[in-house]
Amino acid sequence: MPQNRSDKPLLEARDLHLRFGGVIAAAGINLKVYPGEFLAIIGPNGAGKSTFLNICTGYLRPERGQVFLEGREITGLPPRTIANMGVARAFQIPQLFTDKTVEENLLLALAAREGFWRWLPLRAKDRVEEGQRLLRALGLEPFASFAVAETPEGVRKLLDVGMALALRPKLLLLDEPTSGVSSEEKLHVMDTLVQALRAQGVTAVFVEHDMDVVRRYADRVAVWAEGKIMVEGEPGEVLKDPQVLATVVGVEE
Amino acid sequence: MNPLLALFDGLVYGSLLFLVAVGLTLVFGVLRILNVAHGSFYALGAYTAVILGLWAERALGSGWLSFPALLLAPVLVGGILGPLIERLVLRWAYVRPEVLQLLITFSLFLVLEDLQKLVFGVQPYFLDRPLQLLGAVEIGGVPYTRYQFLLVLVALLVLFGLRFLLRATPMGKILVAVVADREMAQALGVNVGRVYAVAFSLGVGLAALGGALASPTVTIAPGLGAEVIVLSFAVVAVGGLGQVEGAALGALLIGLGRSLAVYWLPELDVLVPYLVMVLVLLFRPVGLFGTVEVRRL
Amino acid sequence: MRWPLLLLALLVLGILPLFLPWLGFVFTLALAKGLAALGIALLLRAGLVSFGHGLFFGAGAYAVAFALREPGRGSQEATLLLLLALVVGLVLGFLVGLFVSRYRGIFFAMLNLAFSMVFFALLAKFYHWTGGTDGLRVPTPTVMGLVLERNVFGEVLFYASLALVIGLSLLLHTFLETPVGKALGAIQTNEVRLEYLGIPVQRVILLTYLLSAGLAGLGGGLTALAVGHVVPELAYWVASGEFVYIAILGGIGAVPGPLLGALVYELIRTFAFKYLAYSWQLLLGTTMLLVIFFAPGGIWMLLGERRQRVASK
Repeated sequence: MPQNRSDKPLLEARDLHLRFGGVIAAAGINLKVYPGEFLAIIGPNGAGKSTFLNICTGYLRPERGQVFLEGREITGLPPRTIANMGVARAFQIPQLFTDKTVEENLLLALAAREGFWRWLPLRAKDRVEEGQRLLRALGLEPFASFAVAETPEGVRKLLDVGMALALRPKLLLLDEPTSGVSSEEKLHVMDTLVQALRAQGVTAVFVEHDMDVVRRYADRVAVWAEGKIMVEGEPGEVLKDPQVLATVVGVEE
Repeated sequence: MNPLLALFDGLVYGSLLFLVAVGLTLVFGVLRILNVAHGSFYALGAYTAVILGLWAERALGSGWLSFPALLLAPVLVGGILGPLIERLVLRWAYVRPEVLQLLITFSLFLVLEDLQKLVFGVQPYFLDRPLQLLGAVEIGGVPYTRYQFLLVLVALLVLFGLRFLLRATPMGKILVAVVADREMAQALGVNVGRVYAVAFSLGVGLAALGGALASPTVTIAPGLGAEVIVLSFAVVAVGGLGQVEGAALGALLIGLGRSLAVYWLPELDVLVPYLVMVLVLLFRPVGLFGTVEVRRL
Repeated sequence: MRWPLLLLALLVLGILPLFLPWLGFVFTLALAKGLAALGIALLLRAGLVSFGHGLFFGAGAYAVAFALREPGRGSQEATLLLLLALVVGLVLGFLVGLFVSRYRGIFFAMLNLAFSMVFFALLAKFYHWTGGTDGLRVPTPTVMGLVLERNVFGEVLFYASLALVIGLSLLLHTFLETPVGKALGAIQTNEVRLEYLGIPVQRVILLTYLLSAGLAGLGGGLTALAVGHVVPELAYWVASGEFVYIAILGGIGAVPGPLLGALVYELIRTFAFKYLAYSWQLLLGTTMLLVIFFAPGGIWMLLGERRQRVASK
């Protein structure tokens, strides 16, 4: 579990403020994410966790504050540009291309990374092969030619993340990777995921409600409450803190 | 070159545009469907008004009866065709994607164009009795028909009448509720199907009213509906889809723009509605009074 | 599959005009509209409906008419004229596309409509340049330098149109297999995800739009040469609506769809117009309603289903 504090952070959020719809979504967020680590973000609903991900990926613009990727400022850049800089996002509700099969979804993501504008079929040999490897790594091979709508939730979740992984990102932001997944499948999904991530050396930030998942897979945890980071540190310590438990209890399991 | 005259011309033309277009915006507001056949109802209103007016004068002797004919025609068209088309055709359109909805109303337009020819024939009709009866006045040396004043008056009546209807009457408030949040309204027990039928019939009636009122000022012949529908689109796009006051503002802007063009650059007068439409859509795509629906992630 | 049926249709299409030349004329018009409908179909895949492609259709047609009025041999040559129509469509499509590619849904449709109506009004109004509502005559051009008699020109034009359509269809088919082509359907189902994958959706739409405009422009040019006359109605909103109609009638699921739709449409229009002068629009309108309610995949989908049912017997 790499934790090089002397390293430069991969992602840095400085003093983020945002309020919308009358809700204070961010009230001074300061966070550093270091290369190679898995950071979990926990906290009650409405605390601003998804908003943080949205700000980092350019979907929302903060009223105050900045976001840096490898030292370069990315605040306010459109999602497309940030994606091309190496930040990929996976979604709480899987965002898939419902007009295409599982395999085609991945192929399109692979094409997005490279060769999108070329006069070559989507099903070019190299791309299909890489797609097969990715499908295998995620355990999605049996579902390759299924229409997206005909697959179980776990498959859709993995596909959603798989599309983000296809971009070979430096940083992956996941929004509740195990929500909507049955408890039997949860560990399988996370194991598969983490294995694929570690294999590619991807840094990951994930919003999570399941404390088990957090304990097992996170290197660090940051606790969100009312738009602020209450505390951060290693899961072992943070999750013993009574104040933390009081804030997030009732949300887990 | 009196600017006041240009202003009044614009007001008159704008009034007519408003009367024609307000039904379209209302139907979109409630049903979320852009009715391409809207122009056809306008034409049918015109034909019906002319037929009734001519018959009334011949059968009952008085030219003044053409006025009630102008009001009866929209009631007939709206009351009969409105519910009929809504239940038979539109009902199946609500769940379909936007493109198909447009094509459905486009097909309706095609059907009505021919029905119009089959029922009324292709020869042109004229009914200028109402114009004649009201006579003319001179303003600043330029003759104006009193009928034009009537148009402005009716337009204002319709504008305030609709505002009153939508804000103060029970039916109106239900309409507004359905526009704002369909599912909520349904959950609260509103019979949305009936609301749609009423709103659509009202829209058809208003289109027919526009046609009826315009009939003394134009030649009624095939192709009338096609012309009107794009003008209505322009007004509605400028004003904001579903906004009654927007339609009034859009109609006024286009009306004024056109009359100013007539005075200064006559070749551009036909272009004005679409130029205004392009300009407004480029800078404010939802129209002047339109509202934006945001997607949340 | 339906492809043998398609080849059969192509054969029939190719042979009939040899015996019935007036059919060649009808088919040429159909193919021209089919090209425009193909362009519309591309945009429809991305969930965008344009009620304004009459702009490009009319521009292509009038470009040909204007060129033929100019002195100089180059401007009298059919192949160059068709190339001109295509280029005019592409360039105009790019310019208009710069604006419209930022819009979606109803607003996209309406802005397209607005642009085309401005053009229509210009064509109808400026009598001195455009012949106004009377339009312009389009004399018979030379073909590869040869001066042809009008009837012969008509036949040559038909076969040229057929060849063009087949060639462009193959190109389009390949285009739809590329990532950009595949992205079109994704724009409709999840545009935001595409952005998150780093794909510039607006640029994809701009490209598709200018391609569709080029197709429509070419169709307009073919129509101008086939009919020998151009009128402002080529740019009217009803004409634009016809292209959308044809695309949906034929089915946007595959490239031959809109072409089939165009053939059916033009045949109905020609024959119905002769025998049911006041009812052909009624017929077309009712047909579309039936297609939308009972066969939304269009004729192409119907053909596919029938073959499957036959196969399962």
